[in-house]
Amino acid sequence: MERRPRILLADDDPDLLELYREMLAQLPGQPEIHTAVGGARALTMLETEPYQVLICDLKMPKLDGLQVLAIVRRKYPDLRTVALTAEVDEQFRSRAYALGVDLFWTKPATEHETRLFLECVASLLGRETEVGFRGVQTRSLMDIVQMECLSRSSAVLRITNGALGGKIWIQDGELVDAEAPGLEGEAAFHRILSWKAGNFEMLPAEPSRPRQIYKPYNALLLESAQALDEAHAGLAAADAPPPPPSPLAQVSRVEGVEFVLALPADAPGEHAARGLENPERMAAWTRQSLERFRALGDHLGAGALDRIEGFGPQRHVALTTQGATEFCVGWKNTLAPDEVREQMQKVLALWAS
Amino acid sequence: MGLLNLFAKSAPTLLRLPTGSFTVDREGKVLSGTLPSSFPAPVVRDIARQVLATFSEAAAAQLPLAELIIHYPSLKITARELRGGAIVFLAPKAPASPMSRGNSLLL
Repeated sequence: MERRPRILLADDDPDLLELYREMLAQLPGQPEIHTAVGGARALTMLETEPYQVLICDLKMPKLDGLQVLAIVRRKYPDLRTVALTAEVDEQFRSRAYALGVDLFWTKPATEHETRLFLECVASLLGRETEVGFRGVQTRSLMDIVQMECLSRSSAVLRITNGALGGKIWIQDGELVDAEAPGLEGEAAFHRILSWKAGNFEMLPAEPSRPRQIYKPYNALLLESAQALDEAHAGLAAADAPPPPPSPLAQVSRVEGVEFVLALPADAPGEHAARGLENPERMAAWTRQSLERFRALGDHLGAGALDRIEGFGPQRHVALTTQGATEFCVGWKNTLAPDEVREQMQKVLALWAS
Repeated sequence: MGLLNLFAKSAPTLLRLPTGSFTVDREGKVLSGTLPSSFPAPVVRDIARQVLATFSEAAAAQLPLAELIIHYPSLKITARELRGGAIVFLAPKAPASPMSRGNSLLL
């Protein structure tokens, strides 16, 4: 027997919770609706039972909705989240999307808005949670590009994969350009399409973007699909695992790098380093700093910590997390802040590849 | 008044991310600032504490730093070391969000 989907509602007003419960109970599939009075209670409930969707009010005492959503995004990346608010404020909308919410919804005040809201929640419940790109929809990036091109759209797709970012420019249904760390044009497009999961955003079109891609989109998609198939087949056919790569060695050869420290997020005592005589102390500082500012970001509702940069008289440093690895990279002090940022992207791209 | 008007309620205020700066001494005492008074003082002190701790721990790890920049999707915190204290700048960022066309896919 198929299990009914489960929705968790969090609000500080019990009357509203009851009202939502009645509304949401009418959804197709008759989901189980659970309610939590306040953010702390919602987090406790999420720890004890699995849910498919969390609908969270933003204005709550003690732990507000943005703080709850920041914690939830990190602890339960597959959970669908809806931010609900009576506050019409662009900053809160932007911050909620920055936290990775699936929907930001002003509390419905009319029957029509209520119906649309219910349809959106139903749509969230119907989505798969396998790999895919997480923006307003979860689907493959190929689907998204194909859909945009078929509909003769003009837009810029911004895709993020951990700390890596890329962009694909589409104009009147044609692929115009792409950009990935260290790559442009077709090469960047293929690199982006090799990412298995991530987030995407649809940005306004940039008609003035110079064209660097001239192949038809379907040809490029076919090439990408073939490359992915071949890579997959190659991996499957290998009898033995490939020789252990030495990504640290590659990374340490990036121009301007003085040292590299990689820390597995799930193994606190372990680290790998190059260019450091006493990595333990730096490892401890890296972990403390990342944890400290992650917690501050949660508290402020500012979104997941992206990176920390430090500039000093002897050397510069950049701290970030990619996947399950925390990084601390030391840079020559002759590099300008923009150069540190740019080179750091190269480091992360090398590590990811 | 319809039942749906119940959706509108007065609730606790959400913390707005402010634009502004403040200075803090080496003990963590906030000396001056241009942040709006609506931004809670304990939060300012918390930011100051984290920044000062990061500077001092970096120095202890043989990595003296003069400036720290902490990037969040919605906020950039820039802190400059100031004789053991710091001057801290807060600058909210407006990350691009999915366009309404994206939302319409759901409807």
